[in-house]
Amino acid sequence: MHPTDFTLAGALAALNEGAISAEELTRAHVAAVEALNPKLNAFITTTSEQALEAARASDARRKRGEAGPLEGIPLAIKDLFCTEAVRTTAGSKILGNFIPPYESTVTAQLKRDGAVFLGKANLDEFAMGSSNLTSAYGGVLNPWQRKNDPAARLVPGGSSGGSAAAVAARMALGATGTDTGGSIRQPAAFCGITGIKPTYGRCSRFGIVAFASSLDQAGPFARTVEDCAILLRSMAGHDPKDSTSANQPVPDFAAACARSVKGLRIGVPREYRLDGMPAEIEKLWRQGLDWLRDAGAEIVDISLPHTKYALPTYYIVAPAEASSNLARYDGVRFGLRVAEKDSDLRDLYERTRAEGFGAEVRRRIMIGTYVLSAGYYDAYYLKAQKIRALIAGDFDAAWAKVDAIVTPATPSAAFAEGENTDDPVKMYLNDVFTVTANLAGLPGLALPTGLDHQGLPLGLQVIGRAFDEETVFAVGAALERAADFKAVPAMRAGA
Amino acid sequence: MSLDTATVRRVAALARLRLEEQDIARVQGELNGILGWIEQLQAVNTEGVAPMAGGTPGGAAAMPMRDDVVTDGDQAEAVLANAPDREGEYFGVPKVVE
Repeated sequence: MHPTDFTLAGALAALNEGAISAEELTRAHVAAVEALNPKLNAFITTTSEQALEAARASDARRKRGEAGPLEGIPLAIKDLFCTEAVRTTAGSKILGNFIPPYESTVTAQLKRDGAVFLGKANLDEFAMGSSNLTSAYGGVLNPWQRKNDPAARLVPGGSSGGSAAAVAARMALGATGTDTGGSIRQPAAFCGITGIKPTYGRCSRFGIVAFASSLDQAGPFARTVEDCAILLRSMAGHDPKDSTSANQPVPDFAAACARSVKGLRIGVPREYRLDGMPAEIEKLWRQGLDWLRDAGAEIVDISLPHTKYALPTYYIVAPAEASSNLARYDGVRFGLRVAEKDSDLRDLYERTRAEGFGAEVRRRIMIGTYVLSAGYYDAYYLKAQKIRALIAGDFDAAWAKVDAIVTPATPSAAFAEGENTDDPVKMYLNDVFTVTANLAGLPGLALPTGLDHQGLPLGLQVIGRAFDEETVFAVGAALERAADFKAVPAMRAGA
Repeated sequence: MSLDTATVRRVAALARLRLEEQDIARVQGELNGILGWIEQLQAVNTEGVAPMAGGTPGGAAAMPMRDDVVTDGDQAEAVLANAPDREGEYFGVPKVVE
């Protein structure tokens, strides 16, 4: 077996048995990155030398009997996580030369547990996008191809497009992502892999470049549900450096994957049946529910009546928070500075920000600034916060009847570059099934359960109660066992 | 609600984004497209609903207090390491006061 075909759990077992060394495992992934990245552009920065050095150190720790829970596992890190002494761009020109003097809490914990970092994965600029095309460092190619149109350049989804493409193409055993409105779950679905956005507060946001602070959550990508569970255990946990990080015990998520779903009540929200939803998405969803029923779960129709207001609510809350968070990019303390010889301070700010931010980021800053401006705050921002409360309340009511909710992950399979770009709102609709979990702060997992007529992966989503990722993993693992998804992308290591 | 060009200019100024004259009409169109779509929220009855101000399940009350003590600091070099311009232990900016 080619080392890049291991699951993360399988690689850990092979490392434990001495069937492979961390250095061999990392070398195989470094070779995959070097072979595939020129085509896929999944990484903005590769750190092959540091990775091999870290792998050798990992082998030494294992030899001393000090192996951590992720000892020797090569990962891709979304370039939104600050990594000490390794350039962190957030996909933006404005941070093109930014070298953090500190490490994010999530990546520090992954390192603590023995993980090896292959490099920094491409993303939409400041995580704002659903295609990875807003990156200042170029788009990422989805490693999957349409059966009848293999030349079409498909997007990997976004914003964590590089992370998802890297894991799907077997350039990494797992990856970190962040999810503000669907940025882990939508690319996971588009790339035929698994990803989870945990409960808000489960992972520390310290050292993650901020987009919308009340929605942003870190989470893992991997090729199996169990692998995601293993990664999340290392990423999660209370951090005094993030006041919104929850002081909750971190359970053994991987153990929850083996739990039976017998007797669980699975909710099917009727508002997620969209007009004009493709028949194959409808079929995928029904099939998933049948599998769960066969496994002993009870399927319950539920209503989440404010669902249709979730996306417009998100497009007030997220830009408002983004406009505040991104005020820090001023050309003074770090990042790009653009000034004319006679620029005053204000002109320096305006030139730096106009040139440093791409079109989508500027658009969202403008929307956010407008909805927070005097005279409009109540009509837009306060109104959106109230509707957000109603959306969260819909879920609270649902949890009286069900233990988890199953929906499609995305309204379609991966689209091609150039599609959905004529109208910003059309692009925003990609997150129609995922954004509600961010607004309500709930965990959501996406996993591949089938293929569309073009041979592209389609995914389902499992949403759970706050801090009940264990049930989400149990339901996800049951769907995974039933779906037995074995399809692989055309472009992958070892192919 | 539709933004006129004067409002587009004012918002860009508030956001400290330089906006070229030839781009105003395009930006105005895009913003109005998004705001027009958002307008549907006005139809929702939110009377008596308390706004949800954060992402923390259980609300802000669930967030812990921490001791008001200094836990970090004395790292001028790290803080200044990425500065585009510095003078000694200060960030450099164009002259602000005449």
